[in-house]
Amino acid sequence: MAETGVLKPPGVLGRLGPVGRLRLVIIAAVLLSWEALAASGLLFRDVVPSLHRVAFALVRLLASGEFWSNAAVTALEVAGALAIGGTAGVAVGLLLGGSRFAERAFEPYLNYLGPTPKIIFFPVMIMGFGVGWGSKIAMGALSSFFPVALSTAAGRRGVDRVLVRVGRSFHLTPWQMVTKIYLPAIRVPVLNGLRLGFGVSVIGVLLAETKLSNQGLGYLVMQAYSRFDMPQMYAALIVVFAAAVALNAFIERFTVPRGRRT
Amino acid sequence: MTALLRSRHAPPVVGFLSLVGLLALVEVGIRVGLINRFVVPPPSSVVASLGRVVTEEGIPERFSQTAFEAAGAALLITLVGVPAGVLLHRFTRLRLAVEGWVAAFAAAPLVLAYPLFLVIFGRSQFTIIMMGFASGVAPVILKTLEGLSGVRRVLVDVGRSLKLTPFQQFRMVLLPAAVPTIFVGLRLGLIFALINIVGLEFLINFGGLGQLINELAERYDLPGTYAAIVFVVLVSVVFFLLLQRIEQWLRPGS
Repeated sequence: MAETGVLKPPGVLGRLGPVGRLRLVIIAAVLLSWEALAASGLLFRDVVPSLHRVAFALVRLLASGEFWSNAAVTALEVAGALAIGGTAGVAVGLLLGGSRFAERAFEPYLNYLGPTPKIIFFPVMIMGFGVGWGSKIAMGALSSFFPVALSTAAGRRGVDRVLVRVGRSFHLTPWQMVTKIYLPAIRVPVLNGLRLGFGVSVIGVLLAETKLSNQGLGYLVMQAYSRFDMPQMYAALIVVFAAAVALNAFIERFTVPRGRRT
Repeated sequence: MTALLRSRHAPPVVGFLSLVGLLALVEVGIRVGLINRFVVPPPSSVVASLGRVVTEEGIPERFSQTAFEAAGAALLITLVGVPAGVLLHRFTRLRLAVEGWVAAFAAAPLVLAYPLFLVIFGRSQFTIIMMGFASGVAPVILKTLEGLSGVRRVLVDVGRSLKLTPFQQFRMVLLPAAVPTIFVGLRLGLIFALINIVGLEFLINFGGLGQLINELAERYDLPGTYAAIVFVVLVSVVFFLLLQRIEQWLRPGS
């Protein structure tokens, strides 16, 4: 595979360009060293399982009903968390962004609490909402609240005054001001906040599931861990990461302003 | 009254008083039985427990354990992240090939892979340090790269006209000019690392401040659990403020 750089093939590889070929070489090198490590016996058995075993485990996982029911639980928890945390975040963000006084009085608390590790609040959530899905939703909602609130507040403050004046000089009604001026103007920061909020609520929900639960993808990963079924654990992690990245990219599509989309 | 509200200190004071008022409401709610005291302990008992938690739960040892893990992760992040950024800056084709991957890595929910880290590194401080490292290294790489690429053309030209060797050019022109941006990356990286370190201590019930919360919660010591959470939040806030100060010192005027 390493010779692909020197070959000058007219086919697919040629069309990839030098950067694409370098990528191929890197991927091939990583996969080969993975296989070599798996075969070498340097690490404990199965810590780095052979690729085909991971692939089989992935297929087996995706074909099993157990996976889909757990994935549905996690998806519902994340959706619930984002609905609660996102709504609260947008509301608080609009309030904070609308008043300089509120901003200076309350936003520092959000700024400082925002980056603290949220998972340490999980015991509180368990006591409040039980060991079932309630505490997972609460965990995700708490995580997603901060980025949504901060991003919305910044967006509300960043609305171009010219746009507001244009609206006034057209004698827009308050409702029209909201729908034609404010909402379109803060759409991007709010969606950006929701994207960040989605990312952290996935983490919050899944970490909570690994700590204490009997369903969900986090539980599935922990089950593979406690059975030392490494191929299955890799497979579950691959699915979780792929889903997170894909959904993140999906939301990002809406945050690029129209006309500037590449 | 209006003059008072207009003063510069009014908003922080109102913010703080609102917080105190909220806690007082919770306290009253618990005392009259509106809020279950077995779910939310009275704020007064949490405040009272703060001293007990600090003196009786081995805070100095726990604190130094977490600090040691954070320092280890910080060292690894710097030793790997900055050279990696330099490497990507030096080799454009490599940069084009992998910069997007590094960005994806930075956004990936890596902490979810902690069971994997447990299997590879064992249930030890090493696992926690490696988790901190993995979650914090990507922003350092990206910001190093950004800092080096953003060095003003004129500085680079001065170096050229003085006929500096490539190494001198790097050490005397590029690196000093990029330091403020690199530190932005280090600050972000350290924040991510600390979040994951404390979170992982809690999750795997091992080591420093994060474990304290888990332990108190498992003892069902509610005021203690809340006090420990408040303490950990305070520690992280102090840590963030410190990093922010250093960053401001490194880039005056911004």
